[in-house]
Amino acid sequence: MNNTLWGMEITADQLLTGFGDTLYMVAFSLLFSVVIGLPLGILLVITRNGHILENKWVFNVLNPVINILRSIPFIILLVALIPFTRFVVGTAIGTNAAIVPLIFYAAPYIARLVENSLLEVDKGIIEAAEAMGATTWQIIFRFLIPEGLSSLVLTFTTATIGLVGASAMAGAVGAGGVGDLALSYGYQRFDTMTMIVTVFALVVIVQLLQSTGNIVSKKIRRR
Amino acid sequence: MIEFQNVKKMYESKKQTVEALKGIDLVVEKGDIFGVVGYSGAGKSTLIRLVNLLERPSEGRILVNGKALTSLKPKDLRAEKKKIGMIFQHFNLLNSKTVFDNVAMPLILSGTPAKEIHTRVNELLEFVGLLGKAKNYPEQLSGGQKQRIGIARALATNPSILLCDEATSALDPQTTSAVLQLLKKVNREYNITILLITHEMSVIREICNKVAVMEGGRIVEQGSVFDVFAKPQTEIAQNFVRTVIHDEIPQSFKKQSEGNPIIWKINFIGANSSKPLLSTIAKKFDIDLNVLSANISEIQETPFGNLIMEVTGEESEIKKAYDYIQAENILVQEVSVHE
Ligand SMILES: Nc1ncnc2c1ncn2[C@@H]1O[C@H](COP(=O)(O)OP(=O)(O)O)[C@@H](O)[C@H]1O
Ligand SMILES: [Mg+2]
Repeated sequence: MNNTLWGMEITADQLLTGFGDTLYMVAFSLLFSVVIGLPLGILLVITRNGHILENKWVFNVLNPVINILRSIPFIILLVALIPFTRFVVGTAIGTNAAIVPLIFYAAPYIARLVENSLLEVDKGIIEAAEAMGATTWQIIFRFLIPEGLSSLVLTFTTATIGLVGASAMAGAVGAGGVGDLALSYGYQRFDTMTMIVTVFALVVIVQLLQSTGNIVSKKIRRR
Repeated sequence: MIEFQNVKKMYESKKQTVEALKGIDLVVEKGDIFGVVGYSGAGKSTLIRLVNLLERPSEGRILVNGKALTSLKPKDLRAEKKKIGMIFQHFNLLNSKTVFDNVAMPLILSGTPAKEIHTRVNELLEFVGLLGKAKNYPEQLSGGQKQRIGIARALATNPSILLCDEATSALDPQTTSAVLQLLKKVNREYNITILLITHEMSVIREICNKVAVMEGGRIVEQGSVFDVFAKPQTEIAQNFVRTVIHDEIPQSFKKQSEGNPIIWKINFIGANSSKPLLSTIAKKFDIDLNVLSANISEIQETPFGNLIMEVTGEESEIKKAYDYIQAENILVQEVSVHE
């Protein structure tokens, strides 16, 4: 094996592709999860008792549904969703296929995190907005989100890191990515070096994400 | 301007119903600085929040500028709310926005052109004396400065009414005074009617012309600030007046006095207080005066206060002096050390 690196059974190319796949999965599942989770999180805040769009029905349906989805372990979601994934993507294996369960995993998680972030926003500020005669949209986009932004950034950081972890697990269904390498070479073929390198790579990715998130969040808060 | 007609407010929860307001009748007229005073839990915040419908009344009617806001469509209601400014105990500024953007917010919400916003915000910042802080963030300001920004923001849309919910309760006494003077200036220069609530009678004394005293969800006494200070009818009003006008016989005197000394309490109201009453009666009648406590302040730019003194001398002379004071239209009463 002349192309291998540091005595691993995989080539540098394979490692790079793995990184690329991980990035691809995380980026797209994050995008879709935010598009779904952010509005749901906002709904969880504004439909609750005493808030601007108080609505028992919406809240009392949304709240348990999100809890249920959140309590399903990802590995089970991965398997249980195979028929649905096949229906949507056309196949149940590969990088694209992994994105579907990743969204099911991350969207409710993000909704809950967004809810927590936005609940931190001082109720007095919403009250001031209402007193000014702001519309519901204006309250959300001019008050709630800007005031919660620094906390929301940390929320998305946490969600992204969760997705990195989950995408590694998706390697179990041949999703590709760094996690796939760790499983199929490091674990199944006892290639310790590959295991070490891939795990180390994941650690570095997570650290980088967290530090970036912290810096951005602090920057927003400190302005 | 603002009229409450038999307004009731119930807060319902699963466990219980709290009747926060039990039938409020109140009229705030144009140009008033109307103060509502009461202890915590009396229902003051509920009352003020009903004016701009932060809470909805359970019963009764509230008219603001002649309109019942409860019957308006959402769009019309938002338009009416722009005519009612509000400031808060904890300021409620956006921490993520500069001072300039905070003040600009109500104008941004109404889609005012940027150029107009610029002019108006600078004008307002100048009015509240914080033009130099336009680019700062609220967390870089002191409490008093934050409240000034709150006031500037509340004035942005040229309201006719300003609601103040415990606006100075988070401030120290000096800052409180400065903010109250600013509110007075708002009332005079912009001719804005102010409704404020507070638990501090000193706030009422400093800027209000009318006052309502609240207890247990009801208004138990209301009138001109002057009248309520001069003759508080209810016990709670008397207690509130006493927090700023001390009219009790000093403890030290009570302790050392023997028998039944004659003690007069004289209330000075308005121009009377400037007359040299004491020296006149001391000269005119054969009596001795021993001042135990005196305190004169101003309410609505009119001197107001009381004097407590011990009087000694012949009974007939004392009687004559007493009649003389009464004839001068000065409120005098005899009080006892044993109460
Ligand atoms: N949102 C609410 N839900 C239930 N009870 C409330 C609510 N707001 C106020 N109350 C109750 O109504 C009463 C009056 O409260 P409030 O108007 O805040 O009084 P104050 O401002 O004079 O302290 C209190 O007993 C309070 O507990
Ligand atoms: Mg209150």
